[in-house]
Amino acid sequence: MRTIRYILQKEFLQIFRNKGMLPIIFILPVIQLCVLTFAATYDMKNTNIYIVDKDVSKHTQEIIGKFENSSFFTITGIGFSEAIAEDEFLKDRTDAILVFNKGFGNNLDKREDAPVQLLVNSIDARAASLFGMYIVEVLQEYNTKVITTNSPVGKSALSQRITTSYNHFYNPEMDYISYMLPGILVILVTVIGLFLSAMNVVREREIGTIEQINVTPIKKYQFLIGKLIPFIVIGFFELGVGLLVAGFIFKIPFLGSAWLIYLVASVYLLTILGLGLFISTQTETQQQAMFIAWFIMVIFIMMSGLFTPVESMPEWGQKLNIINPVAYFIKVIRMIMMKGSGFHDIKQYIGVLLVYAVCAISFAVNRYRKVA
Amino acid sequence: MSTSINIKGIFKSYDSVKALNDISLDINQGELFGLIGADGAGKTTLFRLLATLLLPDAGSIDMEGYDVVNSYKKIRNLLGYMPGRFSLYQDLSVMENLNFFATVFNTKIEENIDLIEDIWKQIEPFKDRKAGKLSGGMKQKLALCCALIHKPKVLLLDEPTTGVDAVSRSEFWQILKKIQQYGITIVVATPYMDEATLCDRVALLDKGAILQVDTPQGVVSTYRKALYAITGANIYDMMLLLRKYEFTESVFAFGQELHYTDKRDEFDTNQLQHYLKEALQQDVLVRSINPNIEDCFMALSIQKNK
Repeated sequence: MRTIRYILQKEFLQIFRNKGMLPIIFILPVIQLCVLTFAATYDMKNTNIYIVDKDVSKHTQEIIGKFENSSFFTITGIGFSEAIAEDEFLKDRTDAILVFNKGFGNNLDKREDAPVQLLVNSIDARAASLFGMYIVEVLQEYNTKVITTNSPVGKSALSQRITTSYNHFYNPEMDYISYMLPGILVILVTVIGLFLSAMNVVREREIGTIEQINVTPIKKYQFLIGKLIPFIVIGFFELGVGLLVAGFIFKIPFLGSAWLIYLVASVYLLTILGLGLFISTQTETQQQAMFIAWFIMVIFIMMSGLFTPVESMPEWGQKLNIINPVAYFIKVIRMIMMKGSGFHDIKQYIGVLLVYAVCAISFAVNRYRKVA
Repeated sequence: MSTSINIKGIFKSYDSVKALNDISLDINQGELFGLIGADGAGKTTLFRLLATLLLPDAGSIDMEGYDVVNSYKKIRNLLGYMPGRFSLYQDLSVMENLNFFATVFNTKIEENIDLIEDIWKQIEPFKDRKAGKLSGGMKQKLALCCALIHKPKVLLLDEPTTGVDAVSRSEFWQILKKIQQYGITIVVATPYMDEATLCDRVALLDKGAILQVDTPQGVVSTYRKALYAITGANIYDMMLLLRKYEFTESVFAFGQELHYTDKRDEFDTNQLQHYLKEALQQDVLVRSINPNIEDCFMALSIQKNK
């Protein structure tokens, strides 16, 4: 016990003495959390639209007015030529072009077909479909209004439609921040945990200090436990800061228990740190360790369902997620924070993570060799 | 005197490179034993085998009655090892390093302070300084303290004086002599031949094989040839010339002079002096000298490679 305590003391001393790493460990994650949460949102706050109005009628003016008044759209220009509009497109100054041909207003008054042309920049397919949807929605709304005002009294031109009403459970306002932030928090905790642990043992090897440690009667498990605990503490600290930021700065509803999150986090961190230490024992230089950690990290994140829903992945991809601890933790932390899930709702995930943690750590201890 | 370390028929190779080739060696208890050899002779490999950091391909090593491979746990408790490269924590202070290693060996600084007292006195003024900020000599002293803190029975020092200034080097050897009085077996590897004379016994190691094991005096006394030192203004030209000379057996540059042996059992130094003078048009002095360890090493090395 005394040995472990001294290893711990040594590790903490080294962490707090490392002036380069300290801000990276403690300040950067908070900044990242604040920046990324705003950046990684699917909400379309601002769509630039260019309007080619060859008609210049009451109707086109009213529609333009609707776009102007909407907070979703910024009209970058109104012109008469499609060529100029396409030029705007090429210069990437606009996301969509809406073209009203001559006679649009007249046709509308005569209640004939009044086609509108919509061009959308679809380099980013997901964004493009959202632009399109929003714009069509505005036009549709105007259409409905025109039909209603122009209809003779008593004879509704509106055909009966099946209407669906939505009730969004657990995130009623479809707020992306409350969806993204827990995920990003998981990523940050993972990055810190995985990278610090992956670089640690290999760093001692690179500097040569491991040579001196290896001839001591220190036990493998003592050495690795001494390495693990500081990172768990740092991981907990980051998680705590993240949750405070979530609660007080972003005001995300927090339905579940923070203790439960910490319980899952402790199992999860053991997994990640075990994995990191395993990488560390298998590599010769910090550079190697760094690349391997980064490689694993990117795969875990991309597959995790943070940026794309797991359900939209091909089946093999979804199956691959069975071994992705990041996916489990993101899922669980979202469940706890947004749904208020209790221990019994998530115990199977904790179980899986626990199995994973035991495997990772025993692998690391087993593969760490004091003899070359 | 009983044997502390018994090395029997050790082979070790890295891929195709044979680092150690059939090494057998006995080192006595309480002995200050020198392992002398040029860079790449296999000193560090042998040390890492002794330090239980490496496994031999063949052969066995017994240390204080324990087998290095099977009872490595026992050995790690009675071994003090100072690697050639400074391998303490540079970002920890002198005191923190010492404390850490004491704890790792399940002891306290106070328990063995008498053993390291002399060295500790010298580094104590810097005890709060980070190890990385110490001078080369101080670093070595700290490393020695850390290697001695658990009062080991065997102390392995891999090139402890490489890169350390002359004054610190002689200080270091005085310290070793003192430590030896506690009955600790000390094995020192060094590329410096002049340090060999400070050991009780030395093993000359070359290309993974032992050339000779003897006391420094013993090594020198085995040198049979008459040795001459030649001094002159242009050493290099003189060496090139001597290499072509028909009676030359060996010639080596040795600082500001050449060490020369002749093929003939008896010859006139004046004749050689005259020959060099004629050829180089400069003053040359030839005198007879006593061989040192390095001369022996060179001679043995040439003999072996013939």
